[in-house]
Amino acid sequence: MTEAVLRHPENTEPNRFTQAQLDWLPWLEPLPEAELTGRHRQALVDPARAKSPYFMLLARDPDILEARTRTDKDIFYNPQAGLPRAERELAAAATSRFNGCIYCASVHARFASTYSKRGEDVQRLLDGGTAVDLGERWNAIVAASVALAVTPIAFGQAHVARLKAVGLDDAAIADVIQAAAFFNWANRLMLSLGEPAARDEA
Amino acid sequence: MNHPIEADLIDRLLGITPGSRLDQIRAARPLARENSQKSYLALLQPTGFGGFPARERWAVAAFVASLHGEPATAAFYAAELCACDPALADIVVRAADRVATQGPYGRYPAGPLSAEDAPGPTYRAGDDDRAGLGPHLAAGLAHAHLLIFHPRDAGPDALHARLEAGWSTTDIVTLSQLVAFLSFQIRVVAGLRELAATLQAA
Repeated sequence: MTEAVLRHPENTEPNRFTQAQLDWLPWLEPLPEAELTGRHRQALVDPARAKSPYFMLLARDPDILEARTRTDKDIFYNPQAGLPRAERELAAAATSRFNGCIYCASVHARFASTYSKRGEDVQRLLDGGTAVDLGERWNAIVAASVALAVTPIAFGQAHVARLKAVGLDDAAIADVIQAAAFFNWANRLMLSLGEPAARDEA
Repeated sequence: MNHPIEADLIDRLLGITPGSRLDQIRAARPLARENSQKSYLALLQPTGFGGFPARERWAVAAFVASLHGEPATAAFYAAELCACDPALADIVVRAADRVATQGPYGRYPAGPLSAEDAPGPTYRAGDDDRAGLGPHLAAGLAHAHLLIFHPRDAGPDALHARLEAGWSTTDIVTLSQLVAFLSFQIRVVAGLRELAATLQAA
């Protein structure tokens, strides 16, 4: 039964931001694994994503899934120059915190902590929100991410100047813009197609 | 409506010329650049439209771009819709002008984050507009407004309403990707334009 919503009355949605691993429960039926074609597998990019209800739901439109995923990977994983990975993840976590995506924030706060070794600062961002003081360099990245997240967009030359003042070059500033912009895409999918769930502590 | 594939839309909207500083900055993330364009093509000029016809895709895009108020993207998508269906363009752009607000707002799952709950309007097309839009597109625009301004209010009830309006599960995935992708594309254009302004000023 594809044309019906899925509800999860047994799930209590996490009601605070966390760096713990969460699950995600879809509100629409993902593509059944038996219906995966070669085109779908190519669109998933990572074969392991056939186990993810999120990616299997998005696989219903494989062309946009594949282009989305390849955009994502280049913005976050391309090691050439630009912004350090830790701070691309900070922009993703700050955007997710501001937009209110508890699931996305959990994943990218964890990555920001891993790459920056500043897990306590990342936790303060999650607990206190995007106005907490994380030191000027991180404050500038968080403020730029927030200014890009609001609609209508409030990002301006003062944000660029503040990023330059803390040592970001043009390529790094472009990475802040693309990482923050990308999470406006990701947050909207995650927030509107399903809900987070706490993982059972074994 | 058939733009040559080589004309990168983000480059076009920013007026990027080959060899310029912004061209070099975008070239540092070549797969993001290529796949942002592929995303645009997959959503607006797909090989198959499913149950989400071209005029409705351009209508959603014009609506979303207009809600953001980023001039170049708003003008581009309004012109594309106008070329496809001028009467519809008139309805959509007027509706967007009327219901544009400031986001993100919405509610969190009850708990400590409830202190951050921010109320705001839910959009449903008025009777006059519904006559011109039809129930299917009216539901699509309601979903776009939800995802742009208050995505954390999304839930299975909103998806149920779209299914009732004739959207299939797969077409809802495509609609969600279209709205979410545009919120990325528009931010890349807005952000890089501000960066470009500082390059020229330097």
